[in-house]
Amino acid sequence: MSARLRVNPIACKAHGLCAELLPELIRLDDWGFPIIEDEPIPPELLDLARRAVEVCPTLALLLEDDRED
Amino acid sequence: MSAGDRLLPRLLAGLDPGGEPMTLAEHVRTHGELPMMAGQVLIEEVAHAGLRGRGGGDFPTARKMAAVAACGVKRRSRGGPSAVIVNGSETEPASGKDRLLLSKLPHLVLDGAVLAAGAIGAPEVIVMVGGNERGALRALEGAVVDRAQDPVGVQLVGGPQGYVSGEESAVVHYLNAGVALPTFVPPRPYERGYRGRPTLIQNPETLAQVALIARFGAHWFRELGTTADPGSALVTISGAVRAPGVYELAFGTPISDLLAAAGGTSEPLQALLVGGYFGTWVAASRAVGLRLARDDLRTVGCSLGSGALIALGQSACGLHESARVIDYLAAESAGQCGPCLHGLRAVADSVAALAEGVASRGEEARVLRWVGDIEGRGACHHPNGAVRFVASTLSVFADDVERHRDGGCAARSAGLPLGRDRPAAVVSAGRL
Ligand SMILES: Cc1cc2nc3c(=O)[nH]c(=O)nc-3n(C[C@H](O)[C@H](O)[C@H](O)COP(=O)(O)O)c2cc1C
Ligand code: SF4
Repeated sequence: MSARLRVNPIACKAHGLCAELLPELIRLDDWGFPIIEDEPIPPELLDLARRAVEVCPTLALLLEDDRED
Repeated sequence: MSAGDRLLPRLLAGLDPGGEPMTLAEHVRTHGELPMMAGQVLIEEVAHAGLRGRGGGDFPTARKMAAVAACGVKRRSRGGPSAVIVNGSETEPASGKDRLLLSKLPHLVLDGAVLAAGAIGAPEVIVMVGGNERGALRALEGAVVDRAQDPVGVQLVGGPQGYVSGEESAVVHYLNAGVALPTFVPPRPYERGYRGRPTLIQNPETLAQVALIARFGAHWFRELGTTADPGSALVTISGAVRAPGVYELAFGTPISDLLAAAGGTSEPLQALLVGGYFGTWVAASRAVGLRLARDDLRTVGCSLGSGALIALGQSACGLHESARVIDYLAAESAGQCGPCLHGLRAVADSVAALAEGVASRGEEARVLRWVGDIEGRGACHHPNGAVRFVASTLSVFADDVERHRDGGCAARSAGLPLGRDRPAAVVSAGRL
């Protein structure tokens, strides 16, 4: 099963740590809020993605399993 | 003459636009008794009818009903019933159809809500009336008294004002906690909504259509409209027309017929805003040849949304009007999400600079980049609608952007309605 990153935009306070850890999948917009690649996370980046989720001070970054509809 | 002439009005049958709300007796005389039917039968009939939500999202109504019913079955084993919310917020400033339905034809909406409650096994209906709209609340109070025999309880709630307060998770949040702000989804209301229960939330017009489908069937419903967009719809047209107001038309009706029904234009048009402030500008030359149906509207990148249209006359400045609208939408951000709060403000300031002829080089390109960056990044769809509106502004009024570079413009303000100053003229109602 694949997973993707998603941000809860209400919780996000633009700390920007995620983009620093994972520039491959996350960049910041002009106001410092993360723009996340809407793609399944490549296996080699999965560990970093988990780290990014852990370091977010507001717990706004979520790792979600792709739903099989 | 449109094909619908013989078959309309449906929803607006028997309406006295300036008069008292229709009584229960008049309502039954006009439409017949409220039929009792098994939930599954109703959901199937609504599915065959092809009804889609009229609150702007265009979502197939039967699918939503079935989803809530399924969640309700799961919940009931744990003891929690489901609920129906009538979303009478109507926060779109250019729309007047829900107020018209609630204040003049309350029984039609309540019929649909009661039927939907029966279909999903909900013991309770909550009607949310936006902006504490007096006329609607009074009409509904009177109607509820006359409907003591309804099998479900009906609760009326005067809701807040504000564009975003009509978004469904904001409605649920308001009812649960008194806070009219959207929440992060999932869980969506159909899974966990009012008091944590599976909740069906529908627009008043959607429920009014359900009331008619239950009586006359899917086949009847499809006698009007197109195969892809069956039935009739309410539209609110304002701006440069002689008789602005709410009209019922068959899907597929040419825009030119709608303009004619609204008394004709009061001056030559330059553009039409289709779908309200979440909508899209269409140049008048292209708009008049279009039919009000998804297939046609898609060719110009828009949808009917909740049915609000604004005709912009040639004496007005499209860029200035749009700058006012995007400024309003930016101010209406609930301020919870960074890209919506900061992004819409930045976009609004840039569009204002373009309109005032004080924009810096590359301003348009920057706005377009922001449009792409902001889309899809709020907890709710508010920023998506706002940036779509801006993208269409820059494309339809591209010539004006050029002209404004060399200074201002002398055009009159068309005074598009914003916030509370809704079009006073939206009291007339008619048929095509
Ligand atoms: C910012 C925003 C404002 C909205 N305002 C309204 C509203 O005033 N009335 C409404 O019926 N739907 C509104 N909606 C759509 C609702 O979220 C929801 O889709 C709708 O009420 C569902 O009913 P329907 O399926 O019958 O259309 C709004 C959506 C957004 C994103
Ligand atoms: S996207 Fe905007 S309007 Fe919607 S919840 Fe976030 S801040 Fe509020």
